[in-house]
Amino acid sequence: MALSDVVAALLFLGVVAYALFGGADFGCGLWDLTAGDAERGAHLRHQIDRSIGPVWEANHVWLIYILVFLWTGFPEPFAAIMTTLYIPWLLVGLGIVLRGGAFAFRKFSTSFAEARMHGVMFATASIVTPFFLGMIAGAVASGRVPADGSGDIWKSWTGPTSWIGGVLAVLTTTFLAGTFLAADARRAGNHELAAEMGRKSLFAGIVTGAAALGAAVVIELDAPTLASGLHGRGLPLIIISAVAGATSLWQLRQGEWAIARYGAVVAVAAIVIGWGVGQYDWILVDEVTIADGIGARSTQIGLIIVFGFAAVTAVPALVWLYVLVNRRDWSVDPTRSTTPTR
Amino acid sequence: MLIALDNLMAARYQMALSLGFHIVLACFGVALPAMIYVLHRRGIRNQDADALLLAKKWAKVSAVLFAVGAVSGTILSFEMGILWPGLMSTYGDVIGLPFALEGIAFFIEAVFIGIYLYGWGRLSPKVHLRTLIPIMLSGAFGTFCIISVNAWMNAPAGFDLDQDGEVINVDPLAAMFNSAVWGQAAHMFVATYVVTGFLVASVYAVGMLKGRRDRRHTMGFTVAFAFAGIASVIQPFVGHLTGERLAEEQPSKLAAIELATETESPAPLMIGGILVDGEVRLGIEIPVLGSIVATNSLDGEVPGLNEFPPDERPPANVVHLAFQTMVGAGTLMAAISVWFWWRRRRHDDPFSSWMLRATVLAGALSVVALQSGWVTTEVGRQPWIVYRFMRVDEAVTTNGGIWISLAVIVVVYASMAYLAARVIRGMARRWRESDDVEIATPYGPSEESPILAINARSADGSE
Repeated sequence: MALSDVVAALLFLGVVAYALFGGADFGCGLWDLTAGDAERGAHLRHQIDRSIGPVWEANHVWLIYILVFLWTGFPEPFAAIMTTLYIPWLLVGLGIVLRGGAFAFRKFSTSFAEARMHGVMFATASIVTPFFLGMIAGAVASGRVPADGSGDIWKSWTGPTSWIGGVLAVLTTTFLAGTFLAADARRAGNHELAAEMGRKSLFAGIVTGAAALGAAVVIELDAPTLASGLHGRGLPLIIISAVAGATSLWQLRQGEWAIARYGAVVAVAAIVIGWGVGQYDWILVDEVTIADGIGARSTQIGLIIVFGFAAVTAVPALVWLYVLVNRRDWSVDPTRSTTPTR
Repeated sequence: MLIALDNLMAARYQMALSLGFHIVLACFGVALPAMIYVLHRRGIRNQDADALLLAKKWAKVSAVLFAVGAVSGTILSFEMGILWPGLMSTYGDVIGLPFALEGIAFFIEAVFIGIYLYGWGRLSPKVHLRTLIPIMLSGAFGTFCIISVNAWMNAPAGFDLDQDGEVINVDPLAAMFNSAVWGQAAHMFVATYVVTGFLVASVYAVGMLKGRRDRRHTMGFTVAFAFAGIASVIQPFVGHLTGERLAEEQPSKLAAIELATETESPAPLMIGGILVDGEVRLGIEIPVLGSIVATNSLDGEVPGLNEFPPDERPPANVVHLAFQTMVGAGTLMAAISVWFWWRRRRHDDPFSSWMLRATVLAGALSVVALQSGWVTTEVGRQPWIVYRFMRVDEAVTTNGGIWISLAVIVVVYASMAYLAARVIRGMARRWRESDDVEIATPYGPSEESPILAINARSADGSE
């Protein structure tokens, strides 16, 4: 395996992790927005607060990871992507700022009206951000980013594959978030909410599956390079995704919320990896290969060493965080008396 | 008046605004955990309920500040590509290593912030307290990494150019540990404590001026002031270490800082003054001091702007004014700190009205010094983005319409600042009204939160 392939694989690992962890956080937006009025929606909104509160900043770092690996590993393709697609990137940036800010502000709002305003901002930005990220992915995957970054600043990211990417990003993150929220609500002892989220996730999963089928047709017509990769090397992953997705839906129907989310994770991970495998060995489809786009060799070795360093520092920390938030006592609000005995 | 903003100026303003916004929050991210640690530790060790309460409140405020800091930092990484693709496509792999290491620091910081903020009552007090330590360490390490990139732009290292101007022989470690990094990183690291300490202390000073002179106010004031008081006295010396490298590393920046039109040895120090048509007006010259400050010798040569072609000179008036503002603000802050320690030593009331007013002033000065310091180093490097290797106009995006995104950023950041301030003030108001540090989130219109009912249910085990 060439050095450039290793760096590309590590970069793509970040894409998968962000799609799953960051995706599950963003996916809460649609559920929050549609949770209903204050009376009906309060349970779900509190659950969203508890579910993503401790983890969203850590999950968000995967995006930084992706950007750093992209510009360090593939400096010229990075500049091309940012230049041609600067409008969707700006929209993603705005979405990230509004989502993060509003999420933090809502929790400490003074009044219901204020909480509602921040809530709408949080939810809307949570939907918009993955949508534009999906459009960016679609632009790269359908070969619309020229090597020199001179692509049309509007048409490059508004082709059919981009729309598919945007819609799929919103749907998969929503589905993921729904299964996680169902499992979290059950762990917190709110069975009513768990059942509600289970039902809604089942519906979201069916819609997502249908959209994925439709996407296959569009990709076939609009992104031939990606399509041929998906037929070949990518096929097993597509099958895994379909099977895992169907299993997850079945478990949602059975009320097995905790297990259903693993199926959802595998389904989304497989489809994202399928994209990567289908696109290989292009970094910018039809324009620049991974081997041609790679930066200075010494820095790539440095990147791999840094990754090894991260694997023994950041990864155990992340694992501890996830273990903690999945503990039952972290799933409910703590008792209020946390001051030591006086 | 209609100002025609060309793309380069729009990009520079957007970058300046994004950095200027983020750097204040980044200061809190680096320095506040240490201040919380002191209070939290005292709360546990001495069974000091006031200290523990303060730690909790500061942690809640930090949740808001860190969130805005995290997302505004992300914007910066976008802007590296959106605004400066020329820089990133040519040098992205040269300076990638510190960015990647900063990524690790950010991961660790974000993970432990999550654990710390949600760990109250869930982790054992000792373990909970210790989760602040990785936050402090990663904050310091992250500062070093990010400053390393900026220092590299000032003192490029770790690569060569071949005859065609292509980058070869990339040595990422040499780039990261360039000659400017230690001084600059130390200067910024100390600055985070000056800014955070004085800003937090000034909040309590305002409260005390309004007559709230309880123990929690004096304690909050003292802890924050202690950090800023020490940092602000150290800072002039650390800053000098950065400055004395300029004669060698960035002579054009030094010439602009000193408003030196001609190379001189010994060189005077110019206080005030403005350059009009190549002549310095209204400045006060102190003989020889310029050489002493810039080169640590009585006859050291200080370069003048005349040594550089006109299109390679930074806008000297901006740089000179920014530098003098920073030094003036820094000197005042150090004086306020010394005054405070002196009063304490003499057992005078360290919380006299004038002392409190001076602290409020120091809070404002800390931000002024921070921003003017960055203006000095960034404008002082102009027209270069990578000193003597790449000009800003070679790095800037070819896309038009950057002034539109600049306008959007102005509106969004102003709104974020307003909303964050409003939320934090709302928290403070509720804390004044009730002793309960927990803040109920008003998602439902009813007084009785449905969540409390769930907790009651799960607490007695009836699932």
